[in-house]
Amino acid sequence: MGKRINEMINPALRNPEEQKAKKLDLTVAAVLLAVLLVFLIVLDNVLPQNSFTLMLIPVLKKGAIYSLACVSMNLLNGFTGLFSLGQAGFMLVGAYTYAIFSIPSGQHNAVYQYFDGGAIKFSIPELLSGVLGDTAGSFLGSIICIILAGLVVAAFAALIGIPVLRLKSDYLAIASLGFAEIIRAIFQWNGLGAVTNGSNLLRKYTAFSNMKIDIGSFSLKFSTLFPFLIAGLSILVIVLLINSSYGRAFKAIRDDEIAAEAMGINLFKHKMLSFVISSFFAGVAGALLAMYQTTVQASTFNTTMTYEILLMVVIGGIGSISGSCIAAFLYIACSEWWLRFLDSGAIGSISVPFFRDGFRKVVFSVVIMVIVLFFSKGIMGDKELSLSRMIKKSKAKRAARAEAKAAEGGEAK
Amino acid sequence: MSERNVLHVENITMQFGGVVAVNNLSLDIPEDKIIALIGPNGAGKTTAFNCITGVYQPTNGLVEFMGKPMVCGFPKGKMRKQYKGDNHELYVKQKTLSPTPDEITKLGIARTFQNIRLWKSMTVFENVLIAKHMRARQNVFSATFRGNAKEERRMREETMALLEEQGLEKFKDELATSLPYGLQRRLEIARALATDPKLLLLDEPAAGMNPQETQELADFIHQIRDKYKLTVFLIEHHMDLVMKISDYIYVIDFGSKIAEGVPKDVQSNQRVIDAYLGVSEDE
Repeated sequence: MGKRINEMINPALRNPEEQKAKKLDLTVAAVLLAVLLVFLIVLDNVLPQNSFTLMLIPVLKKGAIYSLACVSMNLLNGFTGLFSLGQAGFMLVGAYTYAIFSIPSGQHNAVYQYFDGGAIKFSIPELLSGVLGDTAGSFLGSIICIILAGLVVAAFAALIGIPVLRLKSDYLAIASLGFAEIIRAIFQWNGLGAVTNGSNLLRKYTAFSNMKIDIGSFSLKFSTLFPFLIAGLSILVIVLLINSSYGRAFKAIRDDEIAAEAMGINLFKHKMLSFVISSFFAGVAGALLAMYQTTVQASTFNTTMTYEILLMVVIGGIGSISGSCIAAFLYIACSEWWLRFLDSGAIGSISVPFFRDGFRKVVFSVVIMVIVLFFSKGIMGDKELSLSRMIKKSKAKRAARAEAKAAEGGEAK
Repeated sequence: MSERNVLHVENITMQFGGVVAVNNLSLDIPEDKIIALIGPNGAGKTTAFNCITGVYQPTNGLVEFMGKPMVCGFPKGKMRKQYKGDNHELYVKQKTLSPTPDEITKLGIARTFQNIRLWKSMTVFENVLIAKHMRARQNVFSATFRGNAKEERRMREETMALLEEQGLEKFKDELATSLPYGLQRRLEIARALATDPKLLLLDEPAAGMNPQETQELADFIHQIRDKYKLTVFLIEHHMDLVMKISDYIYVIDFGSKIAEGVPKDVQSNQRVIDAYLGVSEDE
């Protein structure tokens, strides 16, 4: 079984030593994931709510969502070499699709109060609840809505891709940024209010807090686990894609387009595939973000959001999946939690003159400049996090040190 | 040996703005032969290659591959007035064909580049493996969820076999760009072979090689021609190599064909000597 999984993850490995290393990595990853799973369930259900968990839980949820957003952007920017800046626009479409199809029908009049209860009168989780019961209905319903969000975004991307993917580098970036802004403007337009609620909020749809199983008086909550599961599965699919024949073709396009085309890789088809798949997962991330925020408003999905995601990708390392995930969690934790004190005006009880609203952003900018100037490859470069690689490195280091010592000893003699 | 033409190039003209890079060039590449295209720097050799491989759409002319029209064009739009070549009415009635490079590769024409274009971030093994992607029977879903395991294994085995044949298996896990120059050239040829071509176009395969490497290359080209039943069409500057390996030579200068023939005839052709050595104005 282990061998089979090994072959599934990377059939290239014939070398027994590498196979062993891969096995170690996979085992470690599986153990860590199991620990994380248990920890998240405990966090949701057992741990008391105090100031620590109140900060930790949102950071974890948002970190998972942004990890997925970063990885999907990395697929496009880091692995296919298409510098696209449409991420926020795609996430917006995903978030709206999710919200529109999961607002309970009883709430339509309240949400769409300026548009006569809106045009769409049903809700997928509610329809399924009628058939499967409340719990299964809300779980399955929201998962279907999330997939639907991904599909709608993928369709949008396929349309936008036809003109945009004929452009290269900077032009592609500008065009995709423009399309993202157009999408945002359209979704805020009152003419489409019956569907998008114009510039008003969408709310009262199924959110993370609805993800629970009621057993008598006790309820088992999954509000933190749920985003981790969806984001984790999505990232797994992206990793599998990148290690497949198509992923290799994407990397070939990134390295040298002309050579790729001369070796029979259809540039447009493969760029389109990468663009659509990346957008699908951006849509999923958008849907999760909608669930996290409990309200959706088009104006929050602006270019700042795209830049934020791009920044995480760069900090993590362009072309590294694990780097993107690490950077997403670090970035979210810093901006939402660890650097909060900079805005509060004081450390503990000592007041500091510069610390006031917005100072966090100043510090943040400096940190980013330092990273871009001195660590331009990001945390991981284009490598992946792996225990076996670290062991190998430390062994090599130790061997080098021993050799240096031996050489020194020899000289002393 | 059959005398069928693998490639038939007819009146190809490539004009960029007012510059005619290739002018009314006609070539025939018979099956199983090694044909060379030579000419001084800037004569338009690589442009001719690019017209055949779909990088450029020729302004006028026709290319047939295995007896079927593959590329065909005539001056259109602004070019109708600017066109300086001949035969501009000849192909007007024909269907315009402008396949992209990948479509041409799929038909069975593979090429290498004058300045080596390997995929830099990838290993030797991956470089060859990716060239197998085009002919693999799979789609993005079966590839992602590993439904193509058999196909993937076949691709890997074929890649490995190809690397062993080319003597590159020792380097399979090294970065392509870390190889010495001669081996990079050889890897580029191996990558082209991985696309299962019928016709192999080599753009200056001996550029930057020392005499010994050039000698090895000559043997190597003969070898792969026999082994893979290929037809080889190459551009080259090393006259020793060209005279030694080619069955027939085309010479172009300023975009036009100035001579053709077997190596012995071309060597003694006065126009060829003039083109290479230069001829003074007042003569």
